[in-house]
Amino acid sequence: MAYTKRLDGRKLDELRKVEAKVGVIKTAAGSAMFRMGNTIAYAAVRGPREVFPRSMAKPDTAVLRCYYDMMAFSGAGERVRPGPSRRSKEISMVTAKALEPVLDLTEFPKSGIDVFIELIQTDAGTRCAGICAAALALADAGFSMKDMVCAVAMGVIDGTVVADLDKAEEDYDKGPVADLAMAMLPRSGEVTLMQMDGEASQEHIIEAVELMKKSIKKIYEVQKKALLEKYGGVKDE
Amino acid sequence: MGALKMNKIMKDYILGLLSKGERMDGRKLDEFRKPIKIEYGISTKSSEGSAIVHIGETMVIAGVKMAIGKPYEDTPDEGSLTVNVELSPMASESFEPGPPNDYSIELARVTDRVVRESGMIDVNKLCIKEGEKIWMVNVDIYPMNDAGNLFDACALAALAAIKDAKMPKIENDKVNYHEKTSKGLPLKKTPISVTVIKIGKHLLVDPLVEEFNALDARLTIGIDEANNPCAIQKGGDAPLSASDIDKMITLAKEKVKELRKVL
Repeated sequence: MAYTKRLDGRKLDELRKVEAKVGVIKTAAGSAMFRMGNTIAYAAVRGPREVFPRSMAKPDTAVLRCYYDMMAFSGAGERVRPGPSRRSKEISMVTAKALEPVLDLTEFPKSGIDVFIELIQTDAGTRCAGICAAALALADAGFSMKDMVCAVAMGVIDGTVVADLDKAEEDYDKGPVADLAMAMLPRSGEVTLMQMDGEASQEHIIEAVELMKKSIKKIYEVQKKALLEKYGGVKDE
Repeated sequence: MGALKMNKIMKDYILGLLSKGERMDGRKLDEFRKPIKIEYGISTKSSEGSAIVHIGETMVIAGVKMAIGKPYEDTPDEGSLTVNVELSPMASESFEPGPPNDYSIELARVTDRVVRESGMIDVNKLCIKEGEKIWMVNVDIYPMNDAGNLFDACALAALAAIKDAKMPKIENDKVNYHEKTSKGLPLKKTPISVTVIKIGKHLLVDPLVEEFNALDARLTIGIDEANNPCAIQKGGDAPLSASDIDKMITLAKEKVKELRKVL
């Protein structure tokens, strides 16, 4: 039987509850909390500052480095060993790639911009929540950005395209599940992160990208609202 | 200008203020920052217990994860408690990614001394079957923002997360992480630490980062609910006299009452 009714009763394009707050880590240049359902990410920006080791610095642009980390107690099952893993390093790398297109790194040559992302509670979609928090933290830090970055895990469950997979849907076992983590620039609709686990047809993948354009409106709104709460009176251009 | 010179200028400035009974942020010497605040259950879906502690702008998150394991051979009827502090560069401009440095190791060890060595948890009650099965309790502590006094904030966060924890269910000899019982962890004591620092001849509590960097000596004192010291660590380059130590413990015993109120 096809997947027509979602496990938690959400509509196909409906996200879980989205919350965001900026300026949560006071000594950082910029910071944010982003929550998608039960997945909660914090992000803090440090820099622009000197790059260590110096050989990593680039003469003409800044280097954006992201550090994704799940807190030891934040997994669904046993304790996660603290510190970097192959998984976290790869996610850190794609997170930086998802954010870079909106930044103008040539503004700060030779310097480094570090974004630290910590997950305190997880229920799938952690890299996406991390990217949403990181984009907010960069905006809070005052970097000029040509667009926001919104990320969400889309899914194709037994032939049905849905928005914002949770853990229960990731683990759905009555049919095939494709988990399609994506980041998108809300104004242009361009995709800056795309990772898929599982199988989906070409048509379903494109359908997921199209559905995402609609679904992320909610994320974009919440992000803008969080920034306006701190910087009230600043108009969106 | 070199960092050493800067430190000297900052220290002279702090000393000048202290000699007038003042501090950089306008507090009295024996005054904690405000607010002191604990939010419990910030990661209930994932962890067995969790909390965020705020002392002024300092922010620390702690979480408890439990697992079933085998006891050590020399303590067949005791469960285990492991306390760990992860010093992420998120928390401070001065922390760098990479292996732990001396400061982060000391921070973790002192927190461990206050939380575990003090006998906070009755480890005998964490024994499921003698010689075979025990509860292993992991407390992981993450400073999120270092605006000073991480020592006391970390110990308080650990205690708060432990107090918040509920034992998970055991099913077919395995932990069912999705269902918790109503039973908390077997608490014997609730130690809280107060760090008193000495700059020149002045004693002060709840140091800012600048004050901490300028200290001559410090004493972190874990104090239980009967107001008795149950863990101590001295730090800093300068020696302390018996009279210094006496004054520092007296001050810590007085100030711990304020922290205990927010638990």
